[in-house]
Amino acid sequence: MTQGLDPTEKIKDWKSIRDDFPILNKEINGHQLVYLDNAASSQKPQVVIDAIRKHYEDNNANVHRGIHELSNRATETYEASRRRVAKYLNAARPEEVIFTRGTTESINLVAHSWGQSNICAGDTILLTEMEHHSNLVPWQIMAKRIGAKLEFISVTGDDGLLDLTDLDEKLDRAKILAFTHFSNTLGSINPVKELCQRARKAEVVSLVDAAQSAGHTTIDVQEIDCDFLAFSGHKICGPTGIGVLYGKKEQLEEMPPYQGGGEMISKVEYLESTFNVIPHKFEAGTPNIAGAAGLHTAIDYIDRIGLSAIFKHDQHLANQTVKRLQEIDGIRIFGPDNQRSAVVSFVLQDAHALDLATMADQKGIAIRAGHHCNQPLLTKLGVPSTARASFNFYNTESEVDRFIEVIQQVQKMFV
Amino acid sequence: MAITLDTTIEEVIENFEFLGDWEEKFTYLIELGKKLPALSDKDMIEQYRVQGCQASVWLRVIPKKNDIYEIYADSDAFIVKGLIVVLLLIYNYKTAKQILDTDSSKIFEQLGLDKHLSPTRRNGLHSMVSRIKALANDSITKVS
Repeated sequence: MTQGLDPTEKIKDWKSIRDDFPILNKEINGHQLVYLDNAASSQKPQVVIDAIRKHYEDNNANVHRGIHELSNRATETYEASRRRVAKYLNAARPEEVIFTRGTTESINLVAHSWGQSNICAGDTILLTEMEHHSNLVPWQIMAKRIGAKLEFISVTGDDGLLDLTDLDEKLDRAKILAFTHFSNTLGSINPVKELCQRARKAEVVSLVDAAQSAGHTTIDVQEIDCDFLAFSGHKICGPTGIGVLYGKKEQLEEMPPYQGGGEMISKVEYLESTFNVIPHKFEAGTPNIAGAAGLHTAIDYIDRIGLSAIFKHDQHLANQTVKRLQEIDGIRIFGPDNQRSAVVSFVLQDAHALDLATMADQKGIAIRAGHHCNQPLLTKLGVPSTARASFNFYNTESEVDRFIEVIQQVQKMFV
Repeated sequence: MAITLDTTIEEVIENFEFLGDWEEKFTYLIELGKKLPALSDKDMIEQYRVQGCQASVWLRVIPKKNDIYEIYADSDAFIVKGLIVVLLLIYNYKTAKQILDTDSSKIFEQLGLDKHLSPTRRNGLHSMVSRIKALANDSITKVS
């Protein structure tokens, strides 16, 4: 069992992992749940649910401001989580970890705060064509306000690879390169280290959207050498409403605050204030302390399974799925042939993705249909929506079998 | 050309009662969807698109004589087409007052399809009903 969180014990039995997740044993529409919407959000193990409850039962108070015991405990819970995240990402120091509501807020923070002091009219922001709306729209808003331009690294086609042939020219024009590590729609794995290093060589700041990768592969921010990296707690078995922005100390220290309020100040007068040091400068107001406690436990849990084992397991399930789906006539599968992450997107010739997802739901299978917050990419690929199955370490081969069986059944209903 | 469907909402409700499991119901719904005449290209434009992130839905409502409303709608998803047929049987060629007086969610509940009309589904159906009702409401407000 995995409940005890003994750090020396490694989990080997993938099936027993499922017992740690109360929701995975539930029935949906009269069928055993098969949860294949992990790219949208992951399920939570009992230890994470317990950690949140324990915080409210034993340690709840506000952080950083009370002298009393509970406030100290809450502060320690919160700061211990920050240290844990720093270790998880191999950040050089805990104050490089800013807690946010999630990836979206992390990127908005950079677009707003870093953008405000570093982007001028006419400057170029370099993104890729496969960005989630959360790494596109904040830059559009910022670019419009300042009069900056957006440029994109092209996606080659259905295989979901980045066309890097003219990257150096594009970097020469850019101030920042913001890109996704793992594509939420295509399952592509982008060469994160190469991209960040080439950006650094061109003196371009880099931001990595790690929403899809943070719980699925090892991330070492010092090795990648990115300036910023963002991820969400809820996608790595942690609670919703807590996320992380990693930023290099020298970047964060130069940046103006994002929001004003309590906690982020050092001295306040009626007409002006001086601001707290990092990370507190970027954490105005009472933070999500229980969320931080849950995230801490989620990271402990994931680390015990081991990220390289998780990566292999995810990839195996995704590859199995692709192989089985390829047997269906007229199917169009997106994403790379090699080096796919835990995501498989596809369209059938006869049934719309929504038809498929609606039918699958009737059989207890949770998949996603739609544009996956990737509208411009799908427009480029010429499809209004795709069906998407996305995996996590608690999924099994028999769930892949069940999923394929249902897809085949549903397809027959439409032919 | 106006949409004519060779069935009535009463018939659909009756048929649904005879259908067993959801698979039979969905197969029937898909068959109903196939009866929906495709919207012309000139109507499948942004102006007539209804918000729904999982499927595309287009809706055009044309006021006719005697306060009657003619409704044209289409979707790229088969189940949604079937659900549109049900909505058309409820609302097409009705007056503004009839539209406002009819609660389609009750009928969908009777058919066991109510969750597909829910705003959380985001398949465009809920927005479609809201838009039809808003147009009917506007016309009544203008008259009075």
